[in-house]
Amino acid sequence: MANINITVNGKSVSKDVEDNTLLVDFLREDLRLTGTHVGCDTSQCGACVVHVDGKAVKSCTTLAASLDGAVVTTVEGVANGELHPMQTAFNDNHGLQCGFCTPGMIMSGIDMVNRYKADGRELTADAIRHELEGNICRCTGYHNIVKSIQDAAAKM
Amino acid sequence: MSTKIGDRVKRSEDKRFITGAGKYTDDIRQENQAYAAFVRSPYAHANVKGIDASAAEAMDGVIAVLNGAQLTGDGIGNIICGWAVSSKDGSPMNMGAWSALATEKVRYVGDAVAVVIAETDALARLGAEAVEVDYEELPTVVKADKALAEGAPQIHENAPGNQIFDWEIGDQAATDAALATAAHITEVDITNNRLSPNPMEPRAAIATYDAAEEHYTLYTTSQNPHVARLVLSAFYNVAPEHKLRVIAPDVGGGFGAKIYIYPEEITCLWASMKTNRSVKWTSDRSEAFMTDAHGRDHITNARMGFDADGKIVGFKVDTIANVGAYMSLFSSAVPTYLYGTLMSGQYDMPAIHCNVRTAYTNTVPVDAYRGAGRPEATYLIETMMERAAREMAMDPAELRRRNFIQSFPHQTPVILAYDAGDFPKILQMAQESADVAGFATRKAEAASRGMLRGLGYSTFIEACGLAPSAAAGSLGAGVGLWESAEVRMNPVGTIEVLTGSHSHGQGHETTFAQIVADRFDIPIENVKIVHGDTDKVQFGMGTYGSRSAPVGMSAVVKAMDKVEAKIKKIVAHVLEADEADLVIEGGAVSVAGTDKQMLWHEIGLAAYMAHNLPEGMEPGLKETAFFDPVNFSFPSGAFICEVEVDPETGTTEIVQFTSADDFGTIINPMIVEGQVHGGVAQGIGQALLEQVIYDDDGQLLTGSYMDYTMPRADDLPFFTIDHHATPSPNNPLGVKGCGEAGAIGAPPAVINAITDAIGAEGLAMPATPMNVWRAIQAAKSSIAAE
Ligand code: FES
Ligand code: FES
Repeated sequence: MANINITVNGKSVSKDVEDNTLLVDFLREDLRLTGTHVGCDTSQCGACVVHVDGKAVKSCTTLAASLDGAVVTTVEGVANGELHPMQTAFNDNHGLQCGFCTPGMIMSGIDMVNRYKADGRELTADAIRHELEGNICRCTGYHNIVKSIQDAAAKM
Repeated sequence: MSTKIGDRVKRSEDKRFITGAGKYTDDIRQENQAYAAFVRSPYAHANVKGIDASAAEAMDGVIAVLNGAQLTGDGIGNIICGWAVSSKDGSPMNMGAWSALATEKVRYVGDAVAVVIAETDALARLGAEAVEVDYEELPTVVKADKALAEGAPQIHENAPGNQIFDWEIGDQAATDAALATAAHITEVDITNNRLSPNPMEPRAAIATYDAAEEHYTLYTTSQNPHVARLVLSAFYNVAPEHKLRVIAPDVGGGFGAKIYIYPEEITCLWASMKTNRSVKWTSDRSEAFMTDAHGRDHITNARMGFDADGKIVGFKVDTIANVGAYMSLFSSAVPTYLYGTLMSGQYDMPAIHCNVRTAYTNTVPVDAYRGAGRPEATYLIETMMERAAREMAMDPAELRRRNFIQSFPHQTPVILAYDAGDFPKILQMAQESADVAGFATRKAEAASRGMLRGLGYSTFIEACGLAPSAAAGSLGAGVGLWESAEVRMNPVGTIEVLTGSHSHGQGHETTFAQIVADRFDIPIENVKIVHGDTDKVQFGMGTYGSRSAPVGMSAVVKAMDKVEAKIKKIVAHVLEADEADLVIEGGAVSVAGTDKQMLWHEIGLAAYMAHNLPEGMEPGLKETAFFDPVNFSFPSGAFICEVEVDPETGTTEIVQFTSADDFGTIINPMIVEGQVHGGVAQGIGQALLEQVIYDDDGQLLTGSYMDYTMPRADDLPFFTIDHHATPSPNNPLGVKGCGEAGAIGAPPAVINAITDAIGAEGLAMPATPMNVWRAIQAAKSSIAAE
């Protein structure tokens, strides 16, 4: 058991967590932030992606106890009064169907756009497909997910 | 702003999903909630000699350990198959008993023998591990042909030789006679690989029993909550329908896997009554691979005969289908009435005979997966057409053209009567958008880089919009296959539509609203679609078989007809006008050529105030309708796949994938294209990547995303999509359904393209780099040997 102080979606939280509590369970069960999903048990699908200190991580393979002092953002926290451009782009480009992979796709999408922008690299469609290696979608065939991220990249 | 049928309306349901506010079953928490974990067999076939739960029962936090003897003792019925298919000798199918918790015997790895209910999920899992089951291992069989062979282990007592039925369709004598006269016969032995549907949201259930009311509530990941309630009531005796509410909230994809009522939902309901707690179960992915119904898994020998001009004279098919360890809800219909009836494809075939034997094996049940039977038929027909073209040195598109059905309606020799289509036109559209004319140049350019470029076609038809109830009933269906809807206009003029269709990614909240906004010319924001709750929606048959548009929307249209008729009566009465002069436009009903009108909310108020209604009219403005289709709908399409194969590594890249579809009337092209993208991706997954493998002991070797290859973004191209509509004459909107086309049509297009590239016959799915490389090497050595 450890006490952690973390910031989640701009709010500071102080909680006792078991040593083996996964970040995704902490978010879903303790904080009831159910936008972050669990799609697998082998760290393959990316439905659980959140940002820790500004970087995309799979919350299904991150221990909550290791995050004392960290800043966590989930899909519930990316809109700032109005929708984040990545969220709007998914709606504009029909980048989701059942919506289950969507939170992870949005969080991975924001992260990749940020990284490419910081490095001054161009985020091509091929690069997006490559970057999405850790995110599985069964509904969309990725066509419109790639278009959504391209669209958002132009607006972010 | 008015919204019309055919507009690319953005989805209204997206907002909750992109903000993380979706409500899936696992997101729901009930008061007093406990958790279930299942004790599952590690053996594929074993007698259960005893269950010792004492260690688990003694654990802190374990509330109860329940087993199959208690379940059947409480009168919970066996799980049934909902479609009776008889053998050709008239004998009924041999259905073995399937209890939600196995009693004497387990028949596949993952078969549940007990359930542990505990205070937390972790404690329930620990408890399940502590249950000691005494198994006596039995020999296993996992392949359907081996299961039917002499001396195979017997899986169910009442299915001798593991055969469930030996079924046929078509005319054997006529087909044999036709093949005897053929100038050319193409023969294949072909396997349709076993797949796991893998909706990204794993299955889940939360059951709550209210002892005072003797009433159950079940939240579950279902494509058809009303069917779940019906089956849970009528067959599993959980509770009568009025004592059972089933809610399928947001559901994260289905693809067939969430049609059925599985042991876990039944057990959670029963356990909630036994423990007087809400009982929640959420599958993890490993459990999903083990227990979600799989798809496909056919072994087929087929012969197609042609005359000297390349016209098909006869088609003979002999298939063995793997049904798994138990008969799931549609397991009998998928390899028969959804497969054998499709054997004519887009072609005028004078004689067809298709024989199907189904076998029990020690594997998880096999049932409908996106397309269900139709992909298996299409893969067979379309790879054979292309092989025949190669054997007869004909252009594969030309061979298809010679055989296309040209006039409608067309009665096939295998029950179906096609209503509309224009096959030459969609093939030509696909050829133009794929630039087939420029293919030779692209192939030469690829060759200059050492790459093998190939092009493959698939021209396919599906029977969707399941189904005319009486026709389905005469073929053995255990339910009617209509759909129901209720359209209610509120006093303020907004409209709620309650539909029995269920949306789990299809975007019904947008498209169903679109047909209402179009019809009544009111803002789409004023229309709300309600679905997925048996307490709200009167009844429904749910969403599968591309039926929501052709059947579900048709029911909405029928209900709107009735609402409109009443609206016109009210307006004509209030404005003292003739009904025939009324026009619905711009949020009002007006008298043509005058300035007299009633605004939409004025009509709503008039109906509910009831101060001035026509003589004898009931107050209110709400109508219901049931729509039972008179025929299936027949979406068709032409796919062209272009690949580049690296002969050094056997890797295939899909460089271009083109589709030209005929879905009839299109309500929202954006959503239809999304359905095609997703379906094609699953079809490409089957062709290149996906394969469920059991070893000979029945252990599942592909039990996670590390071993089962899901299509990822960099496995797929952007898709080019065109549409051409020949409206279906059999429903009011002329729609045909679009959900399955991609998964049905794509696999043969991909395999045909790779075969064209490498010049070797007999490539099996999935065409992994290893399989392709081997096929290239085999072709090389057979050329060297000649
Ligand atoms: S749930 Fe984290 S990667 Fe699948
Ligand atoms: S939208 Fe359903 S899994 Fe991606």
